[in-house]
Amino acid sequence: MSEREGKRKVGIRELSPIDVYKLLPRTNCKECGEENCMAFATKVVNREVPIEKCPPLLKKEHEKAYKQLKEMLKPAVKEVVVGVGDRAVKIGGKLVMYRHEFTYFNPTAVAIDVTDEMSEEDVLDRIKRTGQFSFEYIGQTLKLDMIAVRSTSNDPEKFRTTVKRVAENTNLPLILCSLNPTVLEAGLMAAPKSKPLLYAATKDNWKEMAELALMYDCSLTVLAPNNLKLLRSLTKTLLEYGVEDLVLDPGTFSGDGLGDTLNNFTMIRRAACKGGDELLGFPTIGVPMVAWMERGEAPEEVAKWREAYLAAMLVVRFADVIIMHSCDGWTLLPNVVLRQNIYTDPRKPVAVEPGLRVFGTVDENSPVMMTTNFALTYYTVASDIESGKVSGYLIVVDTEGIAVDSAVAGRKLTAETAAEAMKESGVESKVKHRKLIIPGKAARLSGEIEELSGWQVLVGPRDSSDIPKFLQEKWQSKT
Amino acid sequence: MKNQEEKVKRLPKNEKKKEFLGLKLSSRLMELLAKLQEVELEDFEMDVGNLEIWIQPGAVAAPMVAQPKVAPPVKVKPTEIIETEFIPPVETYPGKVVEVKLGATRSDGGTRGKPVIVGGETTPAFYTFERPTPHPPVIALDVFDMKVPLPKAVKMHVRDVLEDPAAWAKLAVEKFGADLITLHLISIDPLLKDASPQEAVKTVENVVQAMDVPLVIGGCGDPKKDADMFEAVAETFAGERFLISSITRDMDVERCAKFVNKNGHVALSFTPMDLNLARELNRKLYDFLPKKDIVMDLTTAALGYGLDYAFTNMERARLAALMGDPELAHPMSSGTTNAWAAREAWMKMGSEWEPRELRGPLWEVTTALTLLLAGVDLFMMMHPAAVKTLKDMINQLASGSSGNADALAEWVSMKV
Repeated sequence: MSEREGKRKVGIRELSPIDVYKLLPRTNCKECGEENCMAFATKVVNREVPIEKCPPLLKKEHEKAYKQLKEMLKPAVKEVVVGVGDRAVKIGGKLVMYRHEFTYFNPTAVAIDVTDEMSEEDVLDRIKRTGQFSFEYIGQTLKLDMIAVRSTSNDPEKFRTTVKRVAENTNLPLILCSLNPTVLEAGLMAAPKSKPLLYAATKDNWKEMAELALMYDCSLTVLAPNNLKLLRSLTKTLLEYGVEDLVLDPGTFSGDGLGDTLNNFTMIRRAACKGGDELLGFPTIGVPMVAWMERGEAPEEVAKWREAYLAAMLVVRFADVIIMHSCDGWTLLPNVVLRQNIYTDPRKPVAVEPGLRVFGTVDENSPVMMTTNFALTYYTVASDIESGKVSGYLIVVDTEGIAVDSAVAGRKLTAETAAEAMKESGVESKVKHRKLIIPGKAARLSGEIEELSGWQVLVGPRDSSDIPKFLQEKWQSKT
Repeated sequence: MKNQEEKVKRLPKNEKKKEFLGLKLSSRLMELLAKLQEVELEDFEMDVGNLEIWIQPGAVAAPMVAQPKVAPPVKVKPTEIIETEFIPPVETYPGKVVEVKLGATRSDGGTRGKPVIVGGETTPAFYTFERPTPHPPVIALDVFDMKVPLPKAVKMHVRDVLEDPAAWAKLAVEKFGADLITLHLISIDPLLKDASPQEAVKTVENVVQAMDVPLVIGGCGDPKKDADMFEAVAETFAGERFLISSITRDMDVERCAKFVNKNGHVALSFTPMDLNLARELNRKLYDFLPKKDIVMDLTTAALGYGLDYAFTNMERARLAALMGDPELAHPMSSGTTNAWAAREAWMKMGSEWEPRELRGPLWEVTTALTLLLAGVDLFMMMHPAAVKTLKDMINQLASGSSGNADALAEWVSMKV
């Protein structure tokens, strides 16, 4: 790791609240809403609040400290904003290479392509499907993020018409794709204020592309096929040219060369996060839809299948944007769920929706069980109930995403919260009996729950894998 | 949480038998993927023949254009590309994952055709810019010793062998390319058939006769019964280097480790998603087993159902191993079949998410590839198309074959 542009940034792990605190006004004015400057500094270091939440810091006399803090907190991978308005997408902004080192910010943006040679109907249909894509998952709505408009005609007029049509029919940010600057400019003229991501500057067209990016104030992709030396050189050149928001594309191989692709994405991210290389400290873009190039005579399902798993590998290996052609639910669903999983904050417990769950075929004599809404607890219990082929109800109590033993100790799972959850679940009207099975680790709540709810409480096993056995031996709906 | 790899989702009852597009597709998927391989080979030959055409410089050069209208001001803009260097950020690590050999040939005291070696990594998964992959990860296909409810997308491929583990194993090896077979001896479960360890031994014997890849011996999840069965199998098939799946904290670890060691097998150390527990169990095993006889399973959760925990646990374990933590420096096994525990893998959803016959195996592939990139060495899997895809990817990544960089920009103007 020798020659590197710029100085090495302080790694996120090395940054302590004290470092931030020292540069704050230290008046404990509470204008930020925190008790004191140290509490604010801690939140800043955890990236829970931006430093701009400190009003005094933004005053003239603190300008130097503000700039220093900005520099200190700058992510290893620059954050780039594409698009305008509500659906503008932030990409990059990564602080770390591995999610367990802190957390990943700005989930990989998924773009669906349209072309300037598709029929108007097709274009509108694809835009609509992209915009309407939505899947409810552990209390979140998973969506798609962008439209990539490609020029397959290489005709500026056709591209202009298509971009205009797309811009008029979606508020999703655009990626305008053509290696011909004239074509790209025609597209930009059709949506001049939409701040699209331009694709792409190459060793041959970089000057014209840089001018377009500057003129239309938008971000620019740098494409250097399987050549990180060129990628770095182009980045350096474009930065010198004045283009600040860059996105890196080392090329996506779908078959032979895939190993190089993963290596390139990995080396870019490592150079940025571990080596402090500012020339590679930009978001990356991967193109799973290259799988369609190798389709040959195969049915389109094969291209979709390959595109889908390529997308998954890129989501895992550091891509900040991916462009896909398939807009089928079956190819996109695993990928948006994977993206959600990888970008979940590992510092925070993950919770599931509280409420009543039904397993198997239930009737009025079915057992009623209880657990907490810590995602892993819930999914473990659910999986054990299902694999044990047990039918029954499961009341999921809102313990703010805490596991049973900690929830009991931390007073998140109490007789009150349990009784409340029972009432809200409506299980009373679903079963004839009045028996509740609680987790073995919540045994000490049994008396109180009986008192508050009027139900008889059975203390279940300490490990949910014993639920099937427990029910087999102990469960009878009648007393 | 133990022995999750044996847990299989039940199918909804009263399901309509309506055959739709997807069903046909899934049954054809293997065929399609196989065809695709051929197409690729043909294309490759063509590329070689036309290579000189590709070498022409400026193949992807964009046409020149008129100067932009707005005059760009301020600092002096470069007129040429400013050359910089790129030095690959290669690191060296103090640690190394131990190599574990599964299966023994006749000359080694067993009956298997050839052994499978896992582990040996000196770099994170497929960081081939640092060092090559010493042993490409391998895939074990699941075989059950009694009829179990399987997702429809899986069942259609094994329908004829569901009650014949030997035939099932043979099919998995010969048709689906299994590197190993995981024989799940679930009929010994006191809650199921409560079959005796001797009956399990008989089943193992039949499977051993039917094919010659190394075996993984799976239990039922009952700590006492599993230990009894494992012991009987270990003794009967001494020297075979079976992977005993699995030794858990609630078992008599000393007893298990001793009969695994005495009879020349390998232990799968299973813990529920907690690296400290994994270290603790491995330490216990070290008292009776050499490190080269231990593989670890840190628990696999399905995509959408805790895969983030599984992924990060495995990634951390592997990085820790490379940084010199000997207690985590074991090859990793994953019960990837758990992917089917996600209802999105098997359930009939709205028409916009169909066909589930493709969604299901893709769920398994996505789970597998995510964990492949975290460092898994041994996958226990189910769907033939998922297995084939993972295998292709492993071969692709391990081969280090290079692609045609000149063609990389062509997708921009590709007509689909």
